Amino acid sequence: MWIRLAARHLATIVVIVLLGGFLGATLTRIAPGFGVDERELDVRLGEESLQAIRKSRNEGRNIFVFYGRYLTGLFRGELGESRALNRPVAELFAERIPVTLQSVALGLLGGWLLGLAFALPTAVYRMWYYDLFTTVLSGALLCVPSAVLALLFVFTGAPARLAIALVVFPKVFRYVRNLLVDTSTAPHVITATAKGLGKTRILLWHVFPAAAPQILALVGVSVSLAFGASIPIEVICDSPGIGQLAWQAALSRDLPLLVNLTVLVGIVTLLANCASEVATTAFTLQTR
Amino acid sequence: MKKLRKIAAWLLVTVFAMVLMADFLAPASYETQFRESPSASPSQGHPLGTDELGRDRLSRLLHGSRISLLLAPAAAFLTALVAGLVGGVAGYLGGRLERMAMGLTDLFLSLPWFFLLITVRATLPLNVSPLVSVLITFALLGLLGWAASARVVCAGARALRNADFILQARACGCPRARLLLRHVLPNLRPVLLAQFWISIPVFILGEANLGLLGLGVSEPLPSWGNLLRGLESFSTLGFNPSILAPLALLVVVVSCFQLILSREDLPS
Repeated sequence: MWIRLAARHLATIVVIVLLGGFLGATLTRIAPGFGVDERELDVRLGEESLQAIRKSRNEGRNIFVFYGRYLTGLFRGELGESRALNRPVAELFAERIPVTLQSVALGLLGGWLLGLAFALPTAVYRMWYYDLFTTVLSGALLCVPSAVLALLFVFTGAPARLAIALVVFPKVFRYVRNLLVDTSTAPHVITATAKGLGKTRILLWHVFPAAAPQILALVGVSVSLAFGASIPIEVICDSPGIGQLAWQAALSRDLPLLVNLTVLVGIVTLLANCASEVATTAFTLQTR
Repeated sequence: MKKLRKIAAWLLVTVFAMVLMADFLAPASYETQFRESPSASPSQGHPLGTDELGRDRLSRLLHGSRISLLLAPAAAFLTALVAGLVGGVAGYLGGRLERMAMGLTDLFLSLPWFFLLITVRATLPLNVSPLVSVLITFALLGLLGWAASARVVCAGARALRNADFILQARACGCPRARLLLRHVLPNLRPVLLAQFWISIPVFILGEANLGLLGLGVSEPLPSWGNLLRGLESFSTLGFNPSILAPLALLVVVVSCFQLILSREDLPS
């Protein structure tokens, strides 16, 4: 069963990534300015060099040929060259992926820890003033654009990763809080309370296991959220990661780099969603 | 909570009324430069001071708020329309069409929304007139934000597919198109309305982030996104705290939208 489930997820990921890459390549192809190369204006280049540039550009005109070549290159580990930065994309990825992965991982960890730390007391103790405080805090953070949060971090000199944590925290907190409060009103929890079980025991043995599958499902979504937030945060905080690279590629219309980034980010978020779905299924089966 | 929602609704109405009357309330045009007083502190002539180019901050705030507040709902309407069409038809007809539509939503949801936004924005011309940049920004927000809503609408339409009144209408020989337009879509209105309201604050924040990164509405047209760029000169905050005004208004408006949405409307 597990092999079938993993194979199904893997097949879905492959199809979606291939389609996403194809759509990215199509967008690249139909974008205004496709085929225009600044190098042709360079007076130092001879006729032969110009012909070579035109030939390589014409090869990419057919979308299927372009994507087919891109895919074969991908399987050989060649991701092409960034036009704006004049460097191999693989080299750029090797430099920048660890930076983003580290900040996203720490941001997620911080966001989840904060979210759970604030949500658990709400579900256990139901103090209205604490509930009001946490709701206002998370609500305020939800209303501030992540780029503004990043600016605040720049001015206070705090690490950029914390800004990602503050973007993830309100979503996690609100979802987990609502879920725990809802689960606390389930008949089996009311019975456990009536039988005199301690609050901590009720939370750990009766509320949390019932809510866990849905909480696990949020993990995948939060990865996508953290990656999205990493773009403005890395740009504002001048953190040399994938988010900053995507922004640079967008501003300089480095479309081949954007296609590679689309495929990369798609794979990461789909894998995260797949992992969270598998974990949810595993947990549900185990608790049954 | 009901009281809070009422206050939020009144606040929103007030802000909307103010931005609609921007032409009358603003002391100057949003692009008029008072070259003799750049980066001026608040005064009687310029209640929020002026920016580095000598433009009146209050006028720019009012006009910028008008752009963001009128076009974010327009983009949300576009999203609800696309979501209703894709999700409603797919959920009602089911089968292969539903699987294909949901595959398409998976494709859109596989990328972080903001990443998708800047990728598609990059493929469009960047050096365009301010008005075109406004249209591009909000049209993109509307056209790329439908996937999550379509999933919710599809689930709603799927639930309606075997509802008694639909089965009865089908048994009476009601054609598919009429069933969809007269019976299914009107019953999806609450779901679509909830998605519309949920999308507005998301799009306001999306535009603000895009604007701050220089990919949103271009100057001299103001919007919350490019007005927030004033925060980059944070060091002058002590000298002119009014640079926080766009952020304060944005937070108030987005909070009001969040408050108006009841807990049942929010995605679980």
